Amino acid sequence: MDAPSDLRYTKDHEWVRVEGEEATVGITDFAQGELGDIVFVEFPEEGTEIVSGDSVCVVESTKAASDVYSPISGKVSEVNKELENAPELINSDPYGDGWLVKLEDIDTSELEELMSAEEYIKFVEEEA
Amino acid sequence: MGLKRTPLYEIHRELGARLVPFAGWEMPVRYSSIVEEHMAVRKHCGIFDVSHMGEIECVGSEADRALNYLTCNDVSKLVPGKAQYTAITNERGGVVDDIIIYMMSPGRYLLCVNAANIEKDFSWLSSHNKFDAEFLNRSDEFGQIAIQGPKAVNIAESVLCLDIDSQLKYFHHMSGEYGGEKIIIARTGYTGEDGVEVFIPAGAAKDLWDKLMEADSDLKPCGLGARDTLRLEAALPLYGHELRDDITALESGIGIFVKIDKGNFMGSDILKRQKEEGVKRKLVGFKVLASGIVRENSMIYAEGGEEIGFVTSGTKTPFLDAPIGLAILDVNYSKIGTEIFAEVRGKKIKCEVVKRPFYKRN
Repeated sequence: MDAPSDLRYTKDHEWVRVEGEEATVGITDFAQGELGDIVFVEFPEEGTEIVSGDSVCVVESTKAASDVYSPISGKVSEVNKELENAPELINSDPYGDGWLVKLEDIDTSELEELMSAEEYIKFVEEEA
Repeated sequence: MGLKRTPLYEIHRELGARLVPFAGWEMPVRYSSIVEEHMAVRKHCGIFDVSHMGEIECVGSEADRALNYLTCNDVSKLVPGKAQYTAITNERGGVVDDIIIYMMSPGRYLLCVNAANIEKDFSWLSSHNKFDAEFLNRSDEFGQIAIQGPKAVNIAESVLCLDIDSQLKYFHHMSGEYGGEKIIIARTGYTGEDGVEVFIPAGAAKDLWDKLMEADSDLKPCGLGARDTLRLEAALPLYGHELRDDITALESGIGIFVKIDKGNFMGSDILKRQKEEGVKRKLVGFKVLASGIVRENSMIYAEGGEEIGFVTSGTKTPFLDAPIGLAILDVNYSKIGTEIFAEVRGKKIKCEVVKRPFYKRN
């Protein structure tokens, strides 16, 4: 299982990468492996205000639909339109081209609540 | 109670399958990816462990009469070597289970039943039987392996040393031998592709799986996930979804297997009346016109907002790469081309009634 060290992680298997004033959110390598082939993503409207822990989008495999909960509060500034035609990017590149949404107006102090890569790997090994 | 394991459980573990509880069994849902497994069956060949399926034998001088009373298709049309898709019906014309009956010899039939229904079927058949026939639950004695896809028959022929393609027609079966054990090879399946299902004594199943895998490097192990998407593309009904105790066999899309004129059978009064008067709801196929996936239990509405049915199965299927589904719908809205609206997470998504099956092999 891969978990880059520059990201922060949730217990629901989402990741967030903060660069300047913007956060990028996706699901982890472990999550994509558990869900299997992702075949559809339902995105929020750009501009939607999200509170951390809210469902920010829905990823669907052939078997089920799963909510993705935002690791951080903010306003949706961009969704990954590439995924509309190629949702499988979430499986092949969950931390790169498979990102889901970008948020602006974020509160970086919320990052303190999230797990580091090391903590997340330990969490997955123990809990999942 | 713990989950049951098939004779092939160790193989699934070795292959790194994702195992899930299914109908009381610990079964592989996928080995690699459902999409890859699905496509392998459409293009080459897949191998499935279906040992969880039940086998119930019906024997006796009136076995044919017993089965003809307890199921809706016409058992008198069977001859040894032939198989028949049918349903065990209840007093209301609902479906206790959908099954395949294999006629072995006069007075001896083998019923292949759904894993979830083995105990229910056995007890139902035994308690409603009024004829000189006996039902024997032999489910634990059999392993069952399905190989499905354009190359399936070739692979089976090479391993079983049988001439299947010219000797075994669709929905027929033959007996054979493998490793000194008697086996039954049936040209049946649940994927919409050509292929065979092999009934084999549980102890010999693992060896047969290994030999089949060695025979062709294109043969891909497939789990229940792909089995479900494959059967849905082929619009084959699944018990517990399209087929239920409270939906009649005529409503649930298996009407061509209901032989009203064969004489009295369980639920025939109601089914006969329903056939004369016409069903008020029926199974339809639909495709999603907007973006989204519609899944089981979504409610369906007409353009005017009235509730007109519900979804029994739905997903985005790999080969068609499109969201499709099956639904029980008010007959007034069941015409091909009718626009309907399925509710998904509070939103109504536009769909269109389309012809079944969604996929048909060439």
